Amino acid sequence: MSVAKPLPHDAAPLHVTGQARYVDDIPVPANCLHLAFGTSAHARATVTALDLTAVKSAPGVVAVLTADDLPAANDVSPSAHDEPLLAAGEVYYIGQPIFLVVAETHLAARKAARLAEITYAEHTPLLTIDEALAANSRFEDGPREYGRGDLAAGFAAAATVVEGTLEMGGQEHFYLEGQAALALPQEGGEMLVHSSTQHPTEIQHKVAETLGTPMNAVRVEIRRMGGGFGGKESQGNALACACAVVAAQTGRPAKMRYDRDDDMMITGKRHDFRIAYRAGVDAGGKLTAVDFTQYARCGWAQDLSLPVADRAMLHADNAYFIPNVRIVSHRLKTHTQSATAYRGFGGPQGMLGIERVMDHLAAESGIEALTLRQKNFYASGGDTSGKKMQLEAPKVSAAEEDLSSRGATQVDDPETPPPPPEGVQTTPYGQPVVDSVCHEMVEALCKKADYAARKAAVDAFNAANPVLKKGLALTPVKFGISFTLTHLNQAGALVHVYQDGSIHMNHGGTEMGQGLFQKVAQVAAARFGVPLERVKITATDTAKVPNTSATAASSGSDLNGMAVAAACDELKARIGAFLAEVHQADPATVQFQNDTVQVGGNTIPWQKAIAEAYVGRVSLSATGFYKTPGISWDRIKGQGRPFYYFAYGAALTEVVIDTLTGENRMLRVDILHDAGSSLNPALDIGQVEGGFIQGAGWLTTEELVWDAKGRLTTHAPSTYKIPACSDRPPVFNVALWPNANREPTIYRSKAVGEPPFMLGISALMALSDACAACGPHYPALEAPATAEHVLEAIARARG
Amino acid sequence: MDITFLLNGETVALRDAHPTTTVLDWLRESRGLKGTKEGCNEGDCGACTVMTRLPSGPWQAQNACILLLPHLHGREVRTVEGVAAPDGTLHPVQAAMVAHHGSQCGFCTPGFITSMAAAHANGATDYNDKLAGNLCRCTGYAPIVRAAEAAAQEPVPPHLTSPSSLSAQPQPEIPESADALAEWYAAHPQATLIAGATDVGLWVTKKLADLGEVAFLHRVTDLNFVDVTETEIRIGATTPIATLREAIAPHHPSLAELFRRYGSEQVRQAATIGGNIANGSPIGDSPPALIALGATLHLRHGDTRRALPLEDFFIDYGKQDRAPGEFVEGVSFPRQPDTLRCYKLSKRFDQDISAVCGCFNITVESGTVTQARIAFGGMAGTPKRAAATEAALTGNPWTEATIEAAATALASDYQPLSDMRASAAYRMDAAQNMLRRYFHESQGTATSVLEVQP
Repeated sequence: MSVAKPLPHDAAPLHVTGQARYVDDIPVPANCLHLAFGTSAHARATVTALDLTAVKSAPGVVAVLTADDLPAANDVSPSAHDEPLLAAGEVYYIGQPIFLVVAETHLAARKAARLAEITYAEHTPLLTIDEALAANSRFEDGPREYGRGDLAAGFAAAATVVEGTLEMGGQEHFYLEGQAALALPQEGGEMLVHSSTQHPTEIQHKVAETLGTPMNAVRVEIRRMGGGFGGKESQGNALACACAVVAAQTGRPAKMRYDRDDDMMITGKRHDFRIAYRAGVDAGGKLTAVDFTQYARCGWAQDLSLPVADRAMLHADNAYFIPNVRIVSHRLKTHTQSATAYRGFGGPQGMLGIERVMDHLAAESGIEALTLRQKNFYASGGDTSGKKMQLEAPKVSAAEEDLSSRGATQVDDPETPPPPPEGVQTTPYGQPVVDSVCHEMVEALCKKADYAARKAAVDAFNAANPVLKKGLALTPVKFGISFTLTHLNQAGALVHVYQDGSIHMNHGGTEMGQGLFQKVAQVAAARFGVPLERVKITATDTAKVPNTSATAASSGSDLNGMAVAAACDELKARIGAFLAEVHQADPATVQFQNDTVQVGGNTIPWQKAIAEAYVGRVSLSATGFYKTPGISWDRIKGQGRPFYYFAYGAALTEVVIDTLTGENRMLRVDILHDAGSSLNPALDIGQVEGGFIQGAGWLTTEELVWDAKGRLTTHAPSTYKIPACSDRPPVFNVALWPNANREPTIYRSKAVGEPPFMLGISALMALSDACAACGPHYPALEAPATAEHVLEAIARARG
Repeated sequence: MDITFLLNGETVALRDAHPTTTVLDWLRESRGLKGTKEGCNEGDCGACTVMTRLPSGPWQAQNACILLLPHLHGREVRTVEGVAAPDGTLHPVQAAMVAHHGSQCGFCTPGFITSMAAAHANGATDYNDKLAGNLCRCTGYAPIVRAAEAAAQEPVPPHLTSPSSLSAQPQPEIPESADALAEWYAAHPQATLIAGATDVGLWVTKKLADLGEVAFLHRVTDLNFVDVTETEIRIGATTPIATLREAIAPHHPSLAELFRRYGSEQVRQAATIGGNIANGSPIGDSPPALIALGATLHLRHGDTRRALPLEDFFIDYGKQDRAPGEFVEGVSFPRQPDTLRCYKLSKRFDQDISAVCGCFNITVESGTVTQARIAFGGMAGTPKRAAATEAALTGNPWTEATIEAAATALASDYQPLSDMRASAAYRMDAAQNMLRRYFHESQGTATSVLEVQP
């Protein structure tokens, strides 16, 4: 069967020969126009005069558009309608698009965009968490709060209590392919848009709004992205809408791609967070109480910040049972890029909070860090009791909803979740944890990677080396799988079988490198019992599968794999019923395997069977649909079962630091990761390796810096440093944990896109361990752990 | 300019080509070769990497986004479309990248393929260095290196080994000797000289500047040399950093290690020592090292030559002691026992600009410092000597107490700035600690995280 095979990415032969086509590679008609935005130079200002004379007269310029020139809606927000395509008078961050240059070439558009004479009346921007808090500048009317139990009693029972604050930086996606879109005008005002997007339906919706047409007049297609990581869930809206407007107004194709600096200046990034904490453990090392206050710097527009901040709250426990817990979340509005989705979607930030707490508690209580973690893992399978408590939270007013966006606030009526089974531990939000494998996985990893001996070796190294210090840390991951906006957990598919037996497969998921198309094609081939070569993978197209959710929240294979399976099963039922009738057999006995259909003792080659079915006038095209069962979530109360299941992992990282400069690097990493019964172990290991390095990059070399005026000063790879080849650990052992999903997901696999990202937390904790070797105090290492931050932490450790 | 080169085996002759059109734009927009990707347009990500060589020379990986069309004059270039054999047979690195899952989103892959094919053709296996200039956001690099290792033993395909021939007519703006350059530049003193374009290329792609008159130095072969005599080492201005790295390694290994981390493979192939000095950047990596070695800079205008201590060339931020029409011909420094240590501090080890680059050349005889030459990049508006630090060391015993006194003196040598690379306070702390590191190293203490093995 084609599932579970470690097949290469379906497009790998195209990748390596340069034939794989991305949006900017699509051949365009000779009259194609090229666009560039002119952007704001101030973080908070009123545009008092906009002189575009020089822009308009620049060579190659065809037109210049401002907000007044837009035909209908001026909004590219995926949530609160607070994000104009072109600023209308007020600007809210440095990099905000103000006008749109339409030119004969990309270079002409870029050059002209710099020629505007813009006069601003400047206002004082709110740039930092503290400034936003002081001004009560926030999204939603107040902080959200989830929790349970009795904090005071919990702290009273604690033998060790720690308090602290962790600052963690944001992260630029740095997809290698920048944002890009191409609009091709069609007859009758219709528009075909090629967009490098994780969310074609969102693009379709926003383009339709911008043009003032119904969604049926807009078709969006995307074959592949050159990386997404969440950065193409909503951030492509502006380019697609700009292209569509120009194409509609001029009747000419219009293309826009951001230069890298523009991309980094204009688009949102991962939210940076501050997490203040107070936490206690009893003498036996059991957590008694944890009190978190999370501060998310959301930037100027709401975008997807509410569900991001929610997910941070939902991962404040990570893999640990916390009997008494409070999580308060502030979503702060600042005059910076609007922070957006990024792999993990708040989960990494929330999880880093509790890992910091565990690290700090270990240091203060004297309990060995891994032992402390192990003492607090959720029970395997869930066998001890946890009490839950309902907390009332303020209501938010329902905005006009963008239904397919994660930025929508609750629009479905949450069901009351069933009470957890007796004796099962629950998360702070009341979801029973019935699938934890942390204990087993960590034990196996310790054995495999020789934790105890290496810990002793690190201590010996540190005793012998005055300048260099090593550190070691093992951290777990428990990540919730499902969109927290429950209704997004649906997917559609369209499968055709042509009369020659070839299969055309389409679904609502998008390919950004993760191998989704190959995994789902493997599902289709397995359902039909045919070789993978019979299945043609096709571009995501809103005209084939409508109303898709973003390929996000790690949901791609779970949702689309099931939808495609449903479509295949429908076709098999039709073909099987027909052939059974022809061959006088019981339809229930028809088998699809080995590229044949077996009917009543006859083995019919696949192609012959299909030809017979065609001649027999059987419909050989079917849609498939899937919705995740059993989930329900009330984001206001913070109660329910938002996640269908959890994915688990554990990473052990060893690092070395230079106590003179703070320079540091990873030496060895060992990972076990739970991808369920993997649909494709090779692709899944690729997600684990790549996710780990990206997560480690977030916490080490990747530093976003804004200056005092609110200008991002790290807006190119010359100044923003993602991991390079030599930054991967020289010893890097990654294996999948054999653990069939308890839930009936597609072939019992598990989602794997985001969870491994958070394995990177072990790198920061290992660096903290190395800093702690420098002195008696807790180093309170901040993220990212640049050399500079490591040196500061060493100084704190020394006291 | 009229430019002639070989593209994937075919001769291309361009008439009146615009001299600052990038190879990347030309490939994608004029030639329709869309396999070569734009990732950053500043030579930092490698998605646009192509292979180039002089006919029958070794293949080099280069960033097409900051390579200008005249750079191709007289060269052979292969893009990702020309890496497989003419019959479509995949190159060993291509086949290995498929088999070892080395591509995910695939956008960086063409650049990796060309970098890997160039390394493969040269038998290079130092993959961390050869691939430092290719960023991948998906894979975490492990499968890419596995693919490179798997392909290493496969033979180089014939289409990459067979010699090619090409006749490129001399162009006045692409001089082929120092004399020709001197004559042309004296007559066009306002022109911009372009060597590897690893900096000037960004004036084109990022500042969107119109450079006006330009001349290209990559064919000035008589300035591409490293001469080692009994008394001095002299380096011609058009010597690429890659060449210099190899040549300097036997004499000053720490400088060679600094050059290993200078830019990336693509950048080191293109960038020249003359360019790194002449552009006057306060954060160029070679000036502090050369100043610490006591280097002399050799300038030429027409037939007039002059020499000056390198540190005197850097007058102020953005201001150098160079007259219009005058160019850097070379740099030299005396042969000496190797006591040079170069410490490059950056957020990332590879392909990163230094926050601080400290170069120390300290002579200790019978326990006493007899000479100290110390220079830093990133600590001032120019590469600058640490005069007070040197004074605090010279004549004093080589002890921790002397180092501490010198570290205190260092604070009076510099008033560094805060920027996106580092804060002023950290720069100063790190600079002082680099002095301590030099001392620790002299005592045999391990100080480099790069040398620690798992």
